[in-house]
Amino acid sequence: MAEEQTITIEVDGRKLEATPGQMLIEVTDGAGISVPRFCYHKKLSIAANCRMCLVEVENAPKPLPACATPVADGMKVWTCSPLAREAQKGTMEFLLINHPLDCPICDQGGECELQDVAMGYGKGVSRFVEAKRVVKDEDIGSLIATEMTRCIHCTRCVRFGEEIAGMRELGAVGRGEHTRIGTYIGKSIASELSGNVIDLCPVGALTSKPFRFRARAWEMQQHDGIAWHDGVGSNIHIHTRRHQVMRVVPRDNEAVNETWISDRDRFSYQGLYSGDRLEKPLMRVDGELREVEWQKLLIEVAELLKSTETDRLGALVSPNATLEEMYLAKRLMNGLGSDSIDHRLRQGDFRGEAAEPALPWLGLRFEELENLDATLLVGSWLRKDQPLLNHRLRKSVLAGAKVMAINPVDHLFNYDLDETLVVAPSVMVEALAGVAAALGADTAGVSVEPGEAHRRIADNLKAAERPFVLLGTLAQMHPDFALLRRLASDIASAAGGRYGTVGEGANSTGARIAGILPGEKGLNTAAMLEQGLDTLMLLDVEPEFDLANPAAMGGLLGKAKVVTLSTHLSPWLEAHADFVLPIAGKAETAGTLVNLQGDLQSFRGVARPVGEARPAWKVLRVLGNLTDLADFDYESSDEVRDELMESVGEFALDNTLRSQEAPPARLEKAELERIGGVPIHATDMLVRRAQALQATPDAWKEGMRLHPETAASLGLEEGGSAVLKQGDRSLALAVTLDGRVAAGCVWLPTGVPGSEGLGEGFGAVTVEKA
Amino acid sequence: MKSVIYYIRSLFLLELWKGMSVTGRYLFKKKFTLNYPEQKAPVSPRFRGLHAQRRYPNGEERCIACKLCEAVCPANAITIEAEPREDGSRRTTRYDIDLFKCIFCGFCEESCPVDAIVETRVYEYCFEDFERAENAHIMTKEKLLAMGDKYEAQIAADRAVQARYR
Repeated sequence: MAEEQTITIEVDGRKLEATPGQMLIEVTDGAGISVPRFCYHKKLSIAANCRMCLVEVENAPKPLPACATPVADGMKVWTCSPLAREAQKGTMEFLLINHPLDCPICDQGGECELQDVAMGYGKGVSRFVEAKRVVKDEDIGSLIATEMTRCIHCTRCVRFGEEIAGMRELGAVGRGEHTRIGTYIGKSIASELSGNVIDLCPVGALTSKPFRFRARAWEMQQHDGIAWHDGVGSNIHIHTRRHQVMRVVPRDNEAVNETWISDRDRFSYQGLYSGDRLEKPLMRVDGELREVEWQKLLIEVAELLKSTETDRLGALVSPNATLEEMYLAKRLMNGLGSDSIDHRLRQGDFRGEAAEPALPWLGLRFEELENLDATLLVGSWLRKDQPLLNHRLRKSVLAGAKVMAINPVDHLFNYDLDETLVVAPSVMVEALAGVAAALGADTAGVSVEPGEAHRRIADNLKAAERPFVLLGTLAQMHPDFALLRRLASDIASAAGGRYGTVGEGANSTGARIAGILPGEKGLNTAAMLEQGLDTLMLLDVEPEFDLANPAAMGGLLGKAKVVTLSTHLSPWLEAHADFVLPIAGKAETAGTLVNLQGDLQSFRGVARPVGEARPAWKVLRVLGNLTDLADFDYESSDEVRDELMESVGEFALDNTLRSQEAPPARLEKAELERIGGVPIHATDMLVRRAQALQATPDAWKEGMRLHPETAASLGLEEGGSAVLKQGDRSLALAVTLDGRVAAGCVWLPTGVPGSEGLGEGFGAVTVEKA
Repeated sequence: MKSVIYYIRSLFLLELWKGMSVTGRYLFKKKFTLNYPEQKAPVSPRFRGLHAQRRYPNGEERCIACKLCEAVCPANAITIEAEPREDGSRRTTRYDIDLFKCIFCGFCEESCPVDAIVETRVYEYCFEDFERAENAHIMTKEKLLAMGDKYEAQIAADRAVQARYR
């Protein structure tokens, strides 16, 4: 590209450099000259409907809106000349005509753009004596509170829905004074990014419902944080009042989350203060959990850890734990002589350990997702699994890229997929092998004749300059993950592109850097569940929902002594844990998370831990001291991180498979198969306890979903009850018909209430009418 | 000469008599002293005494939890917690004024957009039993509303008199 030419304009007598095509307001913003605005937002298209940014331009007969006036060479602009001031004041007066004077009860009060601008441009007294307009509110779900009388029709939320969320959920109805913003049909907002309209709304028309009336902007302290639910590691601001988290808002970081955060990151803080939050250390005495002193508990735990045979001792670590917690857990386990430690709680297949890449990651930087021209999603509902990565990918689609998917459910995306193969989980390997065969790549021992759809996918990938194959959350949980990964890698190299994985939690990349993988003699998650342990240490794991196979976990819990470092006391922990060490939750502890593109992001503990809970890294440090391990005297989490990063040195993200070995497919075709996976609001302990998120349409409604034809052949009806049998376990569940589910399958994810009674998320099941 | 005058003055205790004459005058004058508590001094309608929270005539509490009083309080004596009430309106769940911190400046009353928090003419109060919330130095929401209910007539009259100066 030729070097971008610059032009010079003059604003308020200052010479400024600009590039042709830029709007005036971008140049003034860059130079720090303030121009009032409501409808303009740097990430949205230009509407120029609020008229607040009127400025005087030389030779223009009238003031022009800065947000919609392109710069021209030699342009002379005055942002606060008498003409501009008068125009801005006039606009302000009109905007305030219908805006209610209810700032004292408005949640936006104190951080309101209208309030701020009214201070500068508003009149002290209103000349408007006629009746003000009143607009009826709509209930748009559990996350966003509406007060539509306050709306000034900037249409930021409408444009956000169209351009960013990709769902036209809000719109403007009527004209002039009768304009109303609403859903028109009165339904709740279902976008996974919907919370961002709260930040976009310049007035108090759209505010946060869980936060409603609870605190004022001026009472809260703002702290930097990192979101803790997905591999994006969105940058956030945590707002606290009296050392309690009150809300979470996004922090700009162009390389990570731009300006947005997902609803999961925004509202999950509610889970911190749920009813079953652990406040006191507990120990099982005579069969029941009793409160004990920290000191006594730690000594008992250290005794237990020391006395357990090293090959019967293991630890499961949450992929959301911080780098520091992981490293100390690893040091503790290794120091005690055990190599059995793992963070891959939901991985469905451990046969590919020899081929395991050195440091799996997304495969490309987040920005690069925007420039892809063909992407194949395998076992991924990227939109719900990693909302912000999906947003980046959506940009590529808007630029003309093709996205294809091989999924057991025809998931709804906020863009059109070019090709979707909706197949039963057992056919996914075949489908992917079909694409590989059509590309002329090695099919890893799967014999398959590529069909039409396979060829179309292959052609798209081949024709693309930058093709990409992404293995999603469901693919990772698939019993043939090793095979899927091998095929994805082959397809990517045959098409001249890359492949990537999305990891399990917020810190799965960090877990590998910290080495939370079984050592030579150690057991991985599956082997621990299969062979059993005498003592099991859980770090931030909710056993009934966080594992790929809850039934096996239940068996292990029943046999082993369980030491749990946990924020919440789940029913299974209450029933089986012998030592319960309450730890500080997210936002209450300092730490580091490494996202899917390898950014190391550290944060401080900003809220006070509930009750007697302590940061997990401190608990682990004391356990290290009590078990007489050397060099366990860390004073801060920074020290832990620095020690780890020094020993690791420069780390290189690497998705290359280390061996071409391919295990045979083991998921057998069955008459009726279960589709597992984990839904957006069931990924971890905190989200599952956030009530507002659990009330959204995205939360899994209790029950199972079947294709209408499959249900009809089984004699099942919508809303009826049926008994699902998996192996020797059975469960009565409500039936929901869903045409998007592959025929011959039952969609029942893990991580949702009810699923803990069953085994892994895939395989043959039977369903009978109850 | 000077020393002679001084000698005569001190001999006849002139200054003492001067002083005693003042004492004697006041002995027979009308007394200022109030026989408190039988008698009480007059109180200005602007008097800033113990706090109260007012209600609307229909019995609805006025306070809307805007927290301006909490923000303006120079002594940080006010603590408010709020959340939506069952009917969805904005109300406080906790409204405490710590009377040990309060300096009775009246800023809270001035900042209130709905005339909810007021300072009454009441200045006679004490704290004895700190174990029991109703006797301690914290004015809770219940205590404030009870004060308001009890003195509403006086409060309303005082505000009416002052209305033209506000």
